[in-house]
Amino acid sequence: MSRLLPFFGFLLLVLLFGFGIWWNTQHDQREVPSPLINKPAPAFVLPKLDDPAQTVSRDALLGKPYLINVFASWCIACGEEHPVLMTQGKSIGVPLVGYNYKDATDDAKDWLSKHGNPYDMVIVDREGRTAIDFGVYGAPESFLVDGKGVIRYKRIGPLTPEVIEKELKPAIAALSKEAP
Amino acid sequence: MSPRSSSVGAHPVRDNPTKRQTWGRAQGALLQVLCLLLFTSLAFAQAIDPLPFKDHAQEVRFQSLTRELRCLVCQNENLADSNADLARDLRHEVFDLMQQGKSDDEIKQYLVDRYSDFVLYDPPMKASTMLLWFGPFLILLAGAAVVVVTVRRRGRAAAAVANDKPTDEGDDW
Repeated sequence: MSRLLPFFGFLLLVLLFGFGIWWNTQHDQREVPSPLINKPAPAFVLPKLDDPAQTVSRDALLGKPYLINVFASWCIACGEEHPVLMTQGKSIGVPLVGYNYKDATDDAKDWLSKHGNPYDMVIVDREGRTAIDFGVYGAPESFLVDGKGVIRYKRIGPLTPEVIEKELKPAIAALSKEAP
Repeated sequence: MSPRSSSVGAHPVRDNPTKRQTWGRAQGALLQVLCLLLFTSLAFAQAIDPLPFKDHAQEVRFQSLTRELRCLVCQNENLADSNADLARDLRHEVFDLMQQGKSDDEIKQYLVDRYSDFVLYDPPMKASTMLLWFGPFLILLAGAAVVVVTVRRRGRAAAAVANDKPTDEGDDW
């Protein structure tokens, strides 16, 4: 028995190592879970892309859930995500609020007219100051905000059909269950 | 010196313009290199952007604080060293908070509220990080326990062997 002990030790190490490899393929290693989940969305007042004179605030959007989608024309992964939003954006059941992040206004407009505009409204954060309050660290990111202004779900990275089906839609379904 | 200038002693000057030219060219090249160096240092200074610190002490405090904070884009870099756009924004944020008179802890908390404990290079001690902090000691203890048990067992076996055959030593494996 005691002769087998090193073998069991070795086996344990192999298991640990295997678990490490498995675990790292199961999740995005760069993903930093947001501490803002289930906390009120930060207060913001941001101008609209199509009419900078008009601003949109968090409090103005209270009452109905919506999905904030952080995008920029310079962001490559946003280009991958965009067709998905174009085809499935309407089917998720909540308004899409485009959050144009650190982008040139003209570039953003060109981008949306070239690839299509899946958003119900686009707000602009030119300096990325408000994005810090949201804990944005890389576009694309998406925040599901409920009617009370609480962030309920966050996706870091592009929304894919799989993510929409497995994560976003259940999260939205959970919201409509609560609301009368 | 070309052979011509040594043979035609009357025109020692003739060769000089070319010499001066080469020297001039070398000087020009040197100047260019120096200019390039100047610009690289400028670019570098811009990458780690200059901020209007009140005094040297504040700058030192800023440097040591941003060195303890992690950049979220290049996750193995700290805020002080990172060239990422977000890192620059966060440096400015840290700077602004400093100007508002916030303490280091308040600034750290400000970033933790937004980006989680991940921004801290030094993880705080709390329930979810207990294993991280004390895991190595647990493993050390386990190792020590194994050593103690083995030594005792071997000691006992050796004693037993010694009692049986006092002359036979060294084969107690």
